[in-house]
Amino acid sequence: MARLKNLIENEHGVPPLRGGHSLCQGCGIPIVVRTVLSSLPGPAVIVNATGCLEVATTRYPTTAWNVPWLHVAFENTAAVASGIESAQRALRRRHALPEGQEISIVAFAGDGGTYDIGLQALSGALERGHKFLFVCYDNEAYMNTGVQRSGATPFGTRTTTSPPGAESFGKAQRRKDMTAIAVSHHIPYVAQGVASHWDDLSRKVERAAAVQGPSFLNVLTDCPVGWGHEPRTTRTVLDTAVDTHFWPLYEVADGAYTLNYEPEHQLPIEKWLEHQSRFAHLLKPENRGHVEEIQAQVDADWNDLQARCAST
Amino acid sequence: MTAELLTGGEAIAHGMRQGQPDVVPVYPITPQTPIIQVFSKFVSDGRSHAELVDVESEHSAMSAAIGAALAGARTMTATSSQGLALMAEVVYIAASMRAPIAMAIGNRALSGPINIHCDHSDSMLIRDSGIVQLFAENAQEAYDLMVMAPRIAEHPDVLLPVAVCLDGFTITHAAEPVELLPDDVVATFVGEYHVPHPMLEVSSPTTRGPFAMPDYYYYELRHAQGVALRNALDVFIDVAAEFEALSGRRYEPVQSYRLDGAERVLIALGSTAGTIKDAVDELRDEGEAVGLLRITPFRPLPMDEIRAALAGAQRVIVLDRADSPGGVAPLGAEIAATLYGSECELERHVYGLGGRDLGVADVRAIFAGGTPDHFGVREHSWPA
Repeated sequence: MARLKNLIENEHGVPPLRGGHSLCQGCGIPIVVRTVLSSLPGPAVIVNATGCLEVATTRYPTTAWNVPWLHVAFENTAAVASGIESAQRALRRRHALPEGQEISIVAFAGDGGTYDIGLQALSGALERGHKFLFVCYDNEAYMNTGVQRSGATPFGTRTTTSPPGAESFGKAQRRKDMTAIAVSHHIPYVAQGVASHWDDLSRKVERAAAVQGPSFLNVLTDCPVGWGHEPRTTRTVLDTAVDTHFWPLYEVADGAYTLNYEPEHQLPIEKWLEHQSRFAHLLKPENRGHVEEIQAQVDADWNDLQARCAST
Repeated sequence: MTAELLTGGEAIAHGMRQGQPDVVPVYPITPQTPIIQVFSKFVSDGRSHAELVDVESEHSAMSAAIGAALAGARTMTATSSQGLALMAEVVYIAASMRAPIAMAIGNRALSGPINIHCDHSDSMLIRDSGIVQLFAENAQEAYDLMVMAPRIAEHPDVLLPVAVCLDGFTITHAAEPVELLPDDVVATFVGEYHVPHPMLEVSSPTTRGPFAMPDYYYYELRHAQGVALRNALDVFIDVAAEFEALSGRRYEPVQSYRLDGAERVLIALGSTAGTIKDAVDELRDEGEAVGLLRITPFRPLPMDEIRAALAGAQRVIVLDRADSPGGVAPLGAEIAATLYGSECELERHVYGLGGRDLGVADVRAIFAGGTPDHFGVREHSWPA
């Protein structure tokens, strides 16, 4: 069970990611990073894909990191992590590392570096079975380059490469189900989390760190700039994603599905759409049909998830 | 020491094994594949303790290699052609992150059209990546250079990837007698792996691969990288001297073949030098003043050594096994820059693309001032 006390203790007085970085006000990425790293019982080496987190925390010659941190490129985070993990195994075998010290290998990438350009390297590393934790901070578009659509961008969303207009209602395609893709690699632990449910996320990191093999966390987080919401509303906006069933919190451990959080009352999808300017066009009368389509997609996915949880 | 009959690919695999790598990411591509196959068998048979990482692409091979090398593990890999093209992005980053990876390149033409045979266009694609490139003439040299590669890569004044380049099929697949050093001799020669601040030393965390802006050190870091690559020439000379003491085989930045009194000199990289030597021998027997200059490190380019070796030449003829459409082929351009201000005549040819053979008769024709019909491009530089 996740407790704030444990998180603080795990930091040993040194936050792994400290203040002074240049991530935006209201950005959920540092919440995800600190929750993940403070939930690990031992030391960690971090591999970071190109993106907001990398750019905003390591402007040379400064750094916000108090833990070993490595960035190579955009698409290869999982491959780099697999190299570090292999190095750890090789060095441990010939007793070149301190005995008994298990170092977690943690990869952070945005949705671009996970769903799209990073998918091949991630798939390979998951299939090879390296013991590492891959955390996707999924804010549903290429935010670092100025809000372009990605494979994680939801149906109907306005981005700078899917702008609504006379011939468009925003992104015309559904997002891909990256969590399901990870599950299909038969790895020991896969979960969906959200930056606003720190306790759920922390517990999932603990479970992930305990398995022998790869683990994958798909963590929804916001982007105040790209989503168009007030920075002070980060938590409530993200909670709405969960409470509308748009982003269910669940885990798949050795193939068994568990729903980790069920809202008392499902909110209508409009509650998710209405506080973000990227969806403003969808709330116009002429797009009513698209909103109904989104609601139907969310409900179908929820029912599918319920069935999986019941059958495993 | 007795010689074994080995292909260049097998010889490279032995050199890798004896260098005691901890991590070897592998991905197949012709004509490099025999290297990783033979090496994989060494691991299966317990003759190497390396972690073999069967990655899903060459891009991931180099990415995993960077992670492993910086984590604190000796790391090696091998590739060819399209594989090198795919990993090119990360080869640049490996150099800038100062990851001392030892690798082999089985040189092969780049697509398209697709072709599996030898030329040097793959190596030339990463010419400016900042890594060391050593060209072997035969299987023995491929082995010897592979044994030396980690010593050069891991030297504190260098800390850069080192590629041993061996011609696809001509060297990778042709069996020749190769003398291997004993395992323990190579182990002592290569020594323990060491990089500054390995990432798995978690008590002293470092930030690697940060973001460098125009006003914040990008230029300075690139400069430092260039200095390190220049340093690799002196390190190569020192390591080669140590290697000679062990093996009796001598390596220098440039190999001069019958250059004494030579008026016409051919310059080439790789296995073609063997053919040229035969032609030079024939022509010398006929009384012609011809010779060969073969360059081993194309990067860093031994410009002073090239100038000194060519001091007496009246006509220098460069054979380039890669083209630069719309410009000047790479070796020819480098030699032109190196000899700028010299009085000698310079002539350049592109030959052997996609594995087209170059015979002794062709080399004789070139020495005679001609261009074989099937041969490719011929250009004159200064003085025209």
